[in-house]
Amino acid sequence: MATVKGRIVIDTERCKGCQLCAPACKEGTIAMSKNLNSKGYQFATSINDDCTGCINCALVCPDGAITVYRVKLN
Amino acid sequence: MQDTLTDAQICQPENMVYCRTALMTQAPLSYCPGCGHGTAHRLIMEVIEEMKMQANTIGVAPVGCSVLAYDFLDIDMQQAAHGRAPAVATGIKRLYPDKFVFTYQGDGDLAAIGTGETIHACNRGENITIFFVNNGIYGMTGGQMAPTTLPGMKTATSPFGRDTETMGHPLKITELIANLPGTYFVSRQSVHTPANVRKAKKAIEKAIQYQKLNKGLNFVEIVSNCNSGWKMTPLESNKWMEENMFPFYPLGDIKVPK
Repeated sequence: MATVKGRIVIDTERCKGCQLCAPACKEGTIAMSKNLNSKGYQFATSINDDCTGCINCALVCPDGAITVYRVKLN
Repeated sequence: MQDTLTDAQICQPENMVYCRTALMTQAPLSYCPGCGHGTAHRLIMEVIEEMKMQANTIGVAPVGCSVLAYDFLDIDMQQAAHGRAPAVATGIKRLYPDKFVFTYQGDGDLAAIGTGETIHACNRGENITIFFVNNGIYGMTGGQMAPTTLPGMKTATSPFGRDTETMGHPLKITELIANLPGTYFVSRQSVHTPANVRKAKKAIEKAIQYQKLNKGLNFVEIVSNCNSGWKMTPLESNKWMEENMFPFYPLGDIKVPK
């Protein structure tokens, strides 16, 4: 069982849907939403609970749209 | 309690491990989706924030895609005429030797119209730092051939691929200036994967720290993609960059201080 739990918060208005974050995530947590933001981009979204807060997605995001949180579990 | 944590419990300020640096302004970046410029901007600002140098930094913006860098970087900036950023940075650094002065240039700016300024600033050993983003094309003007365009690469002005017999060879300006005695630290990095971003950040840190030593010019090239100029998706362009750009522009430190 994972000893850390992460969450990403994506600024959907800043996201341009370049998809660089999806392959950077080893847990397969990120996918593109079917919805569009106000600029017409399909923004990234978190699709499951496996995030470990490794910040890889935030590092490759050119627009800095991702904020990462991490908590240690006992 | 392990699996019952709610989003609200996890997303607390004390649990935050990464967020966009406050030294980037709130303006939306004018770059295409997936462009390496945004990551390069952010890395430079992160390092400046970590070193608490916001008030002591003066940047020089180029002409090219990153001409609006002064809108995105929340530091003192000056915008130079096309290719003349190293000359402007020279003047600023000589007037304010205590400030950290850097230029941020693309390949059309630094390796084409500004080749003279670049080479002479490097040769004089001006105590500035140059960040050079190389995507092998003139991105802003619509994808024309640049001096850094690879042999056989198709662009708007070389639609059948760059023919080195008539169009000349790509210019490895980073290797060129590494041979000059005035440069102190020269490195080539990329920002398309998390591992490369971490390495690039370390190189940027070194290039900023070494300026305090007054030993010469520090130069970091960032090989980047230009997905709209190359007519590819961001992921395809990163793959193309790995397969074609990196063999010609190998990553790593080119000149390290002894």
